[in-house]
Amino acid sequence: MNIVRVIFSELVGMFVDDGYLALLALILIAAVTAAVKLLALPPLPGAYLLLAGCLVILLESVRRAASRR
Amino acid sequence: MHDLTPIISTVTAAFLASFVEVVEAFTIVLAVGVTRSWRPALTGTALALVVLAALVLAFGPLLALVPIATLQFVVGVLLILFGMRWLRKAILRSVGVIALHDEDAAFSKETAELNRQASDKRADYLAGLAAFKAVLLEGVEVVFIVIAVGAAHGQTGYASLGALAALILVTLIGLVVHRPLARVPENALKFVVGLMLTSFGIFWTGEGIGAEWPGADLALLAIFAVIALASFAIVRWMRGTDLTPDRRAAR
Repeated sequence: MNIVRVIFSELVGMFVDDGYLALLALILIAAVTAAVKLLALPPLPGAYLLLAGCLVILLESVRRAASRR
Repeated sequence: MHDLTPIISTVTAAFLASFVEVVEAFTIVLAVGVTRSWRPALTGTALALVVLAALVLAFGPLLALVPIATLQFVVGVLLILFGMRWLRKAILRSVGVIALHDEDAAFSKETAELNRQASDKRADYLAGLAAFKAVLLEGVEVVFIVIAVGAAHGQTGYASLGALAALILVTLIGLVVHRPLARVPENALKFVVGLMLTSFGIFWTGEGIGAEWPGADLALLAIFAVIALASFAIVRWMRGTDLTPDRRAAR
């Protein structure tokens, strides 16, 4: 049972290290997808927005991690 | 060039990412082999490879049933999460906020744990289990990377070749040096892999929402360049602020 738990937590850990980064990235993707599918934002500007948003989230995550230590 | 871009980037990403994972698994298998014996080390490794093969055989064919746009979107989202996690860690290691991964230290830690268990009646079992867990856990990441960078463009075969080349190379180097591969520049590799996986993730998520990237597959290189420039700028900026331990100590 222990090994199953270890594998499961490792699987989650593959995608989530800083929970805040993962959450913000998911919110960004959901917002961009909703804007493209529901608000008629053209897909290419949506993709550029995704790229820019990911970089902002990354910057915020490393800045926060550094200031915590 | 146009046709080669996705193939080269797929093989390179799978090779580099797998290389890092195989080096980490190799350290533990080597510790088990040297400290206990090669029988549990190789048994644990073989069992883990069987489980990994079963996982691929069980779930691999299911991917063919998923519509390509859905597959690109799902894989893209997972790659963004996976790649940004690697990139964040690599940046934090580059500026000294978290310690670099040290294969010698990992080897010593595993060896100490195995020595502590040496008097246990189940010592061989525990040693085999350590090798099994290491190969399985690092292997799951390799399988995900191969599927993620390959599946969305039907290039799982190329990605598998990249991963296989990494496995063979690490095994050959390991057989020659017979010690942890501590001189591999793991953080630099993880930095590059983080950049590549994040680029793949944004590229495919973009395609998944219907974007037609200018230059088609060549856009992958442009996305990579943008993320690389931004990441290096973040590293440079953090080194110039009080956010890194070195600068704090110098104050």
